Amino acid sequence: MHPAPSIIFFTVFSGLGFGLLTFLGFGKPDYSGFTAFIFFLIAYVFAVGGLISSAFHLGNPQRALKAFSQWRSSWLSREGCLAVAALTVMGIYAIGVVFLNTSWTILGLLGAALSLATVFGTSMIYTQITTVPRWSHWTTPVLFILYSLTGGAFLAGQTSIAAPMLLVLGVFQCVYWIIGDKLFSASGSTIETATGLGNMGKVRMFEAPHSSKNYLMKEMVHVVGRKHARTLRIIGVLCLSLLPYLLLVLPPFYHLISLLALLLHIGGALILRWLFFAEAEHTVGLYYGQR
Amino acid sequence: MTQLPTHTEKKLGLVIDLDTCVGCHACVISCKGWNTENYGAPLSDQNPYGADPSGTFLNRVHSYEVTPDEGAAMTVHFPKSCLHCEDAPCVTVCPTGASYKRVEDGIVLVNESDCIGCGLCAWACPYGARELDQAEGVMKKCTLCVDRIYNENLPEIDREPACVRTCPAGARHFGDLGDETSDVSKLVAERGGMDLMPELGTKPVNKYLPPRPKDDQIDILAPFLETVAEEPTGFLGWLDKTLERIG
Repeated sequence: MHPAPSIIFFTVFSGLGFGLLTFLGFGKPDYSGFTAFIFFLIAYVFAVGGLISSAFHLGNPQRALKAFSQWRSSWLSREGCLAVAALTVMGIYAIGVVFLNTSWTILGLLGAALSLATVFGTSMIYTQITTVPRWSHWTTPVLFILYSLTGGAFLAGQTSIAAPMLLVLGVFQCVYWIIGDKLFSASGSTIETATGLGNMGKVRMFEAPHSSKNYLMKEMVHVVGRKHARTLRIIGVLCLSLLPYLLLVLPPFYHLISLLALLLHIGGALILRWLFFAEAEHTVGLYYGQR
Repeated sequence: MTQLPTHTEKKLGLVIDLDTCVGCHACVISCKGWNTENYGAPLSDQNPYGADPSGTFLNRVHSYEVTPDEGAAMTVHFPKSCLHCEDAPCVTVCPTGASYKRVEDGIVLVNESDCIGCGLCAWACPYGARELDQAEGVMKKCTLCVDRIYNENLPEIDREPACVRTCPAGARHFGDLGDETSDVSKLVAERGGMDLMPELGTKPVNKYLPPRPKDDQIDILAPFLETVAEEPTGFLGWLDKTLERIG
């Protein structure tokens, strides 16, 4: 699948923003006044910025409000509704924490649950796509929620939670690859089932329907980016998980080192989200003799 | 509404005969010709006369080589457009309600004034039947020529999809696949019509008729046919002998 920058930015930063909101909803960190305002500001800039970024890949973004209407069947619509609900509830909760020095616990917990549900909604946009076997698996929502909670704990300054979660995330990311690498073959779709010609013999693409790349190939048969997948996986996991973990655990705690660790983590997340798309193989590639 | 209807009154669709298709791409062109100037936004081209031309098409013809375990390989031309699936995954993912499946005839359509161009339906389609128009930013797909098949301003003979009407080989058939007595249903039953990627559970309405087995041998009467002269005579005979002598 084509790794569109707007979608990579959307999934990574809205995930981080809603992850931070989840922790803020649980009252972590337990600040009020201006300090709390800064935390909420970061969470909203990330979450809303991510959502706005997603509009950049739309063909007709002026009609984006219509996307809230089909929550009965569409995960994209559900995710939008959940995001608005989470931002509204956490907005009211933030007013209490920032201006009134009171935390409405129930509201905070509801906001945290909605924030996490939004991340789940984002992940389900990809999980529901059965034509991409690598995504269409229960590990995809788990991966997205782990990314969000780890980044959220990090941004909330919860080092004692963030450090072990960095390792859990790194390990699960590797598990995701080990499982995911086998899923396309396991799905049973081949050029033979795609054309229905399998019982006649072995099928091979003889002539393409068009001489240069079309929308389908640009969007769903993105094979170029996979060339450096192995190298990027290693660099990605180092930045996402291992290096930030060592920076948090080994040296005496400084804010600057913590910031460096956070930047590495976000950089790693961006690389690996790029791979999440670039490595995803769509069944339509079979018609073009590719994966 | 992007929820699928539980039942459609008809199942209009195409039956494509892979035995007969000659791969001329006439259906591709007639489809583009009709659909660029009728229902919805035109089908735009990008850089059509440049080095890297591309454009929106609702129907494409692939060609495949099929090699059996024994015997000669054969070429199969393979037209591909929307299969108007009964369990269409492209419809349910749509966040705006722009994509829908009609209850009256089962045609899957896009209401372009509601389409935000997110492209999720194109991702959800296993067959690559949907293309996002790069000029209009809306999703385009086969409408089964909904503006022809019911169009009383057209002569009756033209009230079928443009691809079917134009096919010079008679490889494309249009009808109600929900009606067991229809010509298309009989054709599917007779020729063993098949679904594409049935493992994905999309239940396509369009069916493909497999190529008929090819004759392995040349005609059995061939050895008894009068042979052409093996020995040249006259001037050519003289030339042949002379050249042989020199050579």
